[in-house]
Amino acid sequence: MGNPLAVIGRVFLSFLATVGRLSIFTGRSLSAVVTFPFYWRLCLQQMMTIGYYSLPVVGMTALFTGAVLALQIYLGSARFGAESAVPNIVVVGLTRELGPVLAGLMLGGRVGAAIAAELGTMKVTEQLDALITLQTNPFRYLVVPRLVAATITTPILVMIADIIGVMGGYLVGIHQLGFNSAVYLKNTFDFLEVMDVTSGLVKAAIFGFLIALMGCYHGFHSKGGAQGVGKATTDAVVSSLILILISNYLVTAAFFSQ
Amino acid sequence: MTETSQSVSQSVPQPEPRLELVDVRKAFGPKVVLDGLNLSVALGESVVIIGGSGTGKSVTLKCILGLLQPDSGQVRIDGEDTVGLRGAARERVLTKFGMLFQSAALFDSLSVWENVAFGLTEGAGMEREAARAIAIDKLAKVGLDEDIAMGDPSGLSGGMRKRVGLARAIATEPDIIFFDEPTTGLDPIMGDVINNLINECVQDLGATTLTITHDMSSARIIADRVAMLYGGKIIWAGGVDQIDDCDNAYVDQFIHGRETGPFALEVT
Repeated sequence: MGNPLAVIGRVFLSFLATVGRLSIFTGRSLSAVVTFPFYWRLCLQQMMTIGYYSLPVVGMTALFTGAVLALQIYLGSARFGAESAVPNIVVVGLTRELGPVLAGLMLGGRVGAAIAAELGTMKVTEQLDALITLQTNPFRYLVVPRLVAATITTPILVMIADIIGVMGGYLVGIHQLGFNSAVYLKNTFDFLEVMDVTSGLVKAAIFGFLIALMGCYHGFHSKGGAQGVGKATTDAVVSSLILILISNYLVTAAFFSQ
Repeated sequence: MTETSQSVSQSVPQPEPRLELVDVRKAFGPKVVLDGLNLSVALGESVVIIGGSGTGKSVTLKCILGLLQPDSGQVRIDGEDTVGLRGAARERVLTKFGMLFQSAALFDSLSVWENVAFGLTEGAGMEREAARAIAIDKLAKVGLDEDIAMGDPSGLSGGMRKRVGLARAIATEPDIIFFDEPTTGLDPIMGDVINNLINECVQDLGATTLTITHDMSSARIIADRVAMLYGGKIIWAGGVDQIDDCDNAYVDQFIHGRETGPFALEVT
């Protein structure tokens, strides 16, 4: 067993080294975004992969989250006779928090893992080296399309998730909790503010960027064979989920602190 | 007694080197892989680097291509020291190179012809239709038809993948081509097919080539000159016709695949 201080020091230095590598990677990625060539075709392909094909899982998540939210809020608010607040709290909860966060977590698992596995496999099979020898910058060709696609499509997905989630709450509200349909919808839209939706969409864009960044970073830094790719995939998912939760707090604090 | 590449270059008049490594050193932590490597490859020459596993053959190629940065030394391409070049300057140098990777390194997400045409469409900015015609022509040169060109690389056998990799390496008609273990993992007949294809393609292009391999039959077919890498240095270099008569014990053991010899201690 080594000196505990030395162990802490090694862990801290390793953490700083990782932060440094990630900062350099992010800087190179962002500079690649604003330099030519920009691969539109690849960007559109990634939008399909990240956005369109994630729609079912994000939609299902939002539908049942909205439904269960309505049910829980009803049960809780019934204790002090505030059942009429169900539509208001469902829509605010979904647009501000649950829509972007749950969609981000689902995308972190689905998209982050896929990006890390694909790029990690390319790394260990020398495809990244092959790209370079063919005079193609891997940051522009692989990272930029994924970053741009994830940053654009995640807010779109979240907007759809918000609508589906509210619909889930509405269905439970009118069919199970006995709300009047018109009243439920009126309360939903009257209470909703632009800032509720905007803050959720800004969060979604940040989450999308972080998911793609973590997938690309861990994919590019994978080592060895199948085990290395597996580790890169796990690290990509875990790190993107943690960053989503941290950035969610920071953005919420920035938007809504007095 | 070992013969260095420098002494060979002194005894045989050499034309202007197209590619020259001068005192290149590269270490990974405490492990020194290249320890003052010197090697020159003349215009139009085909040099094969032989050596055991882990002796730094692939690291040598990666240092030349800029995929790894040497710790010190020079990598001169057409007289220009390329160590430390980045961005557009590196891409300009890389336009001179083609490379056949050990695993072929084909892009799974692209069709076979798109793989072959990649350097033309993405590197040189050629229109897809024109690049497609060239890719199909290059694939025909390595014995693959248009049906395969339209297919997916994942469905190809090892030999076919190597041939596609070869077609990709020659598609841009580079001045210098690297072959990384071109016959590894292939049966002897397919290995011979690949060796002959390499010779034909290189002769057609008049390219300078550097190959790394363990396969002596491949080296004898491809090489004008053979260099043996050991201990991070070239310990012997000479014409392919001199290799059987050389007095270097390492080379002698390696080319005959003997268990006993100077390598024995490290093997056991």
